[in-house]
Amino acid sequence: MGDIFADYDVLGAVWVTIQLSILGSIGALILGTIVAVLRVSPVAVLRGLGTSYVNTFRNLPLTLLMVFSILGLSFILQLSVSDDFARNAFWWAAIMLAVYHAAYICEALRSGVNTVPVGQAEAARSIGLGFGQSLREVILPQAFRGAIAPLGSVIIALIKNSTVAAVIGVGDSAGLLQVITENEGASLPTFFFFAMVFVVLTLPIGLWTTSLSRKLAVKR
Amino acid sequence: MSTQAVLFDAPGPRARLRHRILTAVGAILVIGIAYVVYLQFQKAGQLKAFMWEPFVTDPDVWTSYLIPGLKGTFTAAGISIVLAVVFGLLFGMGRLSPFAPLRWFCSVIVEFFRAVPVLLMMVFAYFGYFATSNLVPNQHAPLAAVVTALTLYNGAVIAELVRSGVHGLPKGQSEAGLSVGLTSGQVLRSIQLPQALTAMLPALVGQLVVVLKDSALGYGITYLELLNWSKTLGSAYANTVPAYIVAGILFIVINYTLTRFAVYLEGRMKKRRARA
Repeated sequence: MGDIFADYDVLGAVWVTIQLSILGSIGALILGTIVAVLRVSPVAVLRGLGTSYVNTFRNLPLTLLMVFSILGLSFILQLSVSDDFARNAFWWAAIMLAVYHAAYICEALRSGVNTVPVGQAEAARSIGLGFGQSLREVILPQAFRGAIAPLGSVIIALIKNSTVAAVIGVGDSAGLLQVITENEGASLPTFFFFAMVFVVLTLPIGLWTTSLSRKLAVKR
Repeated sequence: MSTQAVLFDAPGPRARLRHRILTAVGAILVIGIAYVVYLQFQKAGQLKAFMWEPFVTDPDVWTSYLIPGLKGTFTAAGISIVLAVVFGLLFGMGRLSPFAPLRWFCSVIVEFFRAVPVLLMMVFAYFGYFATSNLVPNQHAPLAAVVTALTLYNGAVIAELVRSGVHGLPKGQSEAGLSVGLTSGQVLRSIQLPQALTAMLPALVGQLVVVLKDSALGYGITYLELLNWSKTLGSAYANTVPAYIVAGILFIVINYTLTRFAVYLEGRMKKRRARA
């Protein structure tokens, strides 16, 4: 186990996992919020657009999206993000993580909207607030508080799914575990080390979002 | 709160105008995206008839590539979900046991496998054990690794479903059982579990979607499932992009149907509970 750190760039691989997780989370949060606004908007076309986005990306395997981004989009449709092969794979992995999890972020936000009682929106409208105003001032502040726990679960899932990038040759934790296992044979300590990386990355997020969701819960 | 009915009022004349403008903007957006995709496909020569026709004209595409692919995906997912339910029941019951050490042991196992990425387990199981030893016949090594990883992860998720299902039951259920003289183990097996299992059926169908999608991870360890077969199909017919698109559509159709089925089950259960 000790030689593993000397012979392989273990921390580098963990750092790639962290980078993918952060970039993917930022992208997914932005894109997911946009899709969520589309899904609750009063315009049927925009609502349909949001719904089909969610139905498409929630039902596709992330592996397919990743593989397609390299073999389909980069090689055949010439949509490269970077001329360097490794950078290109890395950025496509981050983009696909964001695109895939945006569908789940959207659903988490919508579940937050669903925790707001009907009376809140009715009260907002009865004092003369319009759609945008009641969304901004009354619904969304409560909805975000209700959505913290599910949002935390989505981010945790994203961190774990960042390993799928290994399938397209990004040297992240799963990719390095594969290389080490192929070269050195099965070593449980090595597996536990990488497994613990994910426990350490995800556990604080779970605890933090749970306590935050309790602290910020709207008393009803 | 049902989102559509209450977020906004019946629109007045000005709002109707605004909605019409937004509808037009939305329509232009959709058409614009479709046009950009079309242009890009055209430029890369991906719209040629010989690339798309085989899916309709050549039965070989289906019988030699896509159907074996689907078979691989369903085999892995089917075996995994059955084993995961067994794993989940055992460890879910373990977590509900009154015997504390057993409870802690099961909790640690469940929390561990829930936190570890499926691909990490799959890669380790394949390259570490199944590919290099004779635990299973060589040609089944990838399948064994896929099933191992999917079972451990989804089993842990199902264990949590079992636990929350039992916790969600009214307290009177277990109290009634205890008061007629059943032991706590008997209460769990003959009163709480049957009700919890029915209650978690929709979530179980939803989990099947996760298993189906995750079985595509087998692509990374040379398991021959739908994604891998579409790659082979793409090289054989020189239509990589269409092959992946068709595979994607198959995934969407299967998983969407399952999701609708889960929603239907949930609705039916709610109705039944409302009547009871």
